[in-house]
Amino acid sequence: MNIEVNGERREVRAGDLAAALEELGFADAVLATAVNGAFVPAGERAAAMLAEGDRLEILAPMQGG
Amino acid sequence: MLTFYDVPVRSRLLLGTARYPSPAILAEAVRSSGTEVVTVSLRREAAGERAGQAFWSLVRELGVRVLPNTAGCHTVKEAVTTAHMAREVFGTRWIKLEVIGEEDTLQPDVFGLVEATRILCAEGFEVFPYTTEDLTVAERLTAAGCRVLMPWGSPIGSGHGLNNLFGLKALRARFAQVPLIVDAGIGVPSHAAQALELGFDAVLINTAVSQAADPARMAGAFAHAVSAGREAFLAGPMEPRDMAVPSSPVVGTALLS
Repeated sequence: MNIEVNGERREVRAGDLAAALEELGFADAVLATAVNGAFVPAGERAAAMLAEGDRLEILAPMQGG
Repeated sequence: MLTFYDVPVRSRLLLGTARYPSPAILAEAVRSSGTEVVTVSLRREAAGERAGQAFWSLVRELGVRVLPNTAGCHTVKEAVTTAHMAREVFGTRWIKLEVIGEEDTLQPDVFGLVEATRILCAEGFEVFPYTTEDLTVAERLTAAGCRVLMPWGSPIGSGHGLNNLFGLKALRARFAQVPLIVDAGIGVPSHAAQALELGFDAVLINTAVSQAADPARMAGAFAHAVSAGREAFLAGPMEPRDMAVPSSPVVGTALLS
């Protein structure tokens, strides 16, 4: 299905968020996720099913002031 | 001893981690500043680059406490969601809460700030609100549960120093028991010294260090300024006067004309 990952259209085979992260190359990364603007805690990723057109945000630590 | 939410800190200098020429220079600046708290943010990660992972390894090696921010958030919902994500990633209840209201000055949206503060304090966050020197807003923030306030000196990254001395002094006087950190706008070490001389508990510096020609050296200069300002506050500065007052004794002046 097609979803939006950090603002870019991507095609993923995975059905849930945990599997999608692995497929997208984030398997062991320190990051936080949100789907359609709502935070999805790490413990709930495997149960979070994705749907066509979902907007996925993958955020990681970054420099800040 | 100064504490932020019951965490004792010795260094009164907090350092931002953005806009350094390189990660190595950031690390040098953190070390020479003597800071115990650095600010960090959350941004989109690209799987190939993994820039965030490298940055996080660097910060962890520095052995300092992190204060995640909600920089770039313009709404209560964005700020609250970012805070939730930061708590999970950084493993801290601390959050430097920014809700930006105006693009040119990056002035906080104090209405959104108070609303987001209420939500996050109720959820157990320890909020460091980026606010103005407005007394009523500060009152609302402390009523919502803030035990630290971060008033701006002047707009973020502007380097203009303490823009409203009267307002900042009033804030210090009114909230004598609340740790106050001047955040934003400090350009040179003398601005930081001035904040500490006025009795502010600490300063948060980013651009003034990271954009200096030699960031590590400037971080050291800020460390000295903060120490000097604090010592001066404790020593009790003299009151300014409008007219000259001779410092040498007047009695016993020789008649030599």
